[in-house]
Amino acid sequence: MADQAPLSVSALTQRIKMSLERTFPSLAIVGELSNVKLHSSGHLYFTLKDEASQISGVMWRSRVPSLKFRPTDGQKVVVQGRITVYEVRGTYQIDVSSMRTLGAGDLQQAFEELKRKLMEEGLFDAERKRPLPPYPEQIGIITSPTGAVLHDMLHVFRRRYPVASLVFRPTRVQGAGAAQDIAEAIAEMNRFGGLDLIIVARGGGSLEDLWSFNEEIVARAIAGSKIPIVSGVGHEVDVTIADFVADLRAPTPTAAAELSVPDRRALIELLENSRYTMASAIEDRIARHRRDIRQMLKSHALHRPVDLLARHSQHLDELTRSMSTSLSHLFELTAARARGTTERLHALDPRSVLKRGYAIVRKQGRITGKRKELAVRDALEIEFADGTVRSTITDI
Amino acid sequence: MAGKKPAAGKDSFEESLHRLEEIVNQLERGDVPLEDSLRLYEEGIQLSRLCAEKLTRAETTLKRLHKDLDGKLTLMDEEQE
Repeated sequence: MADQAPLSVSALTQRIKMSLERTFPSLAIVGELSNVKLHSSGHLYFTLKDEASQISGVMWRSRVPSLKFRPTDGQKVVVQGRITVYEVRGTYQIDVSSMRTLGAGDLQQAFEELKRKLMEEGLFDAERKRPLPPYPEQIGIITSPTGAVLHDMLHVFRRRYPVASLVFRPTRVQGAGAAQDIAEAIAEMNRFGGLDLIIVARGGGSLEDLWSFNEEIVARAIAGSKIPIVSGVGHEVDVTIADFVADLRAPTPTAAAELSVPDRRALIELLENSRYTMASAIEDRIARHRRDIRQMLKSHALHRPVDLLARHSQHLDELTRSMSTSLSHLFELTAARARGTTERLHALDPRSVLKRGYAIVRKQGRITGKRKELAVRDALEIEFADGTVRSTITDI
Repeated sequence: MAGKKPAAGKDSFEESLHRLEEIVNQLERGDVPLEDSLRLYEEGIQLSRLCAEKLTRAETTLKRLHKDLDGKLTLMDEEQE
């Protein structure tokens, strides 16, 4: 294949220019303004961008007076214009004939589109929602350093749950770069680690003011956070995309603080209840042991240790009363006594004596332990461990 | 003044509460020997006191997450009004 005749740079640029300008003679573009500069010549230069791309723009001096607002960085605008190529630099730009701010209708449409898209991806699914830790110790707070929001939330934490320590990352919450800033803050808190929970908050405002929380970059950052996130943006009626993605949506910033931590009054009550439960469990336990000791004494059918039982009961009463003080010590004492009693009761049981080789001698059914109670030809019963025999005295 | 990243220690509030809950359950079941249950009771009372004390005495702290030029994240003391 033969080499094509080389084109001059100008010839190529001329072709690009013709191609582009013919393809895009007039169009409307939506994007965010940045690098807005009103040059001393009177021309307005700016960059129009979204998350992924950007294009240079210019509005010539003659058109500038038709603007109904003062373009500033971060504003969402719709421009009408055509693509032109600036041959000297080999760049293309949009030559803007008119520009308007994005209206409520446009925002609503963008909101619905992003909502639909993220919903289809499953980002709002209930299964994705993580449970909040019941007792967060370190809470990240992402909000504006100015305004009442931080102060109001701080007040809630002080009142409800002073155990929590707060880690605050100030961000812009509206205008140019705010969405980016919020997303970065979420990523930084994840990188920092040690946080149990993150609250993303902003006070009330117009749909435009709250717009950062409807940006995809913020939604993605929330979805990507390893730490559970509570959103508290605007007033009750305001719902943002961030709310849909968050693990918990709170209606306001202060509500976000309230929903994030337990109430200390309820906890103190819980602690009191647990003390009561423990005490009654122990009391029951002691009562049961008291019954056991009674049962044991009864089964030995002996009379003498009754006073021992009384002493035991007294000890158990004492034990119950002074439970909160030197409980263990008291108990050990009582337990040792209880063990001693059991052993003594065993020793007193005649049957254990018989096992050691002794025998019980009865005359007419009564135990007899003295020689002088007996006479020749008396009938005796002799009880051994393994049974009883009858015998008669032949000699004294 | 730069602060350090506080780690969730063994004596964290949540762990104390969990331990207390465990003790209450054990005592309620009553399936531990009496001597052990008295030990548990004492531990439980102490834990509940410590927790209550924390709840009444703790003061909310506020730190600022600061990123230095190397991208290193630290905690700074935050002005509190």
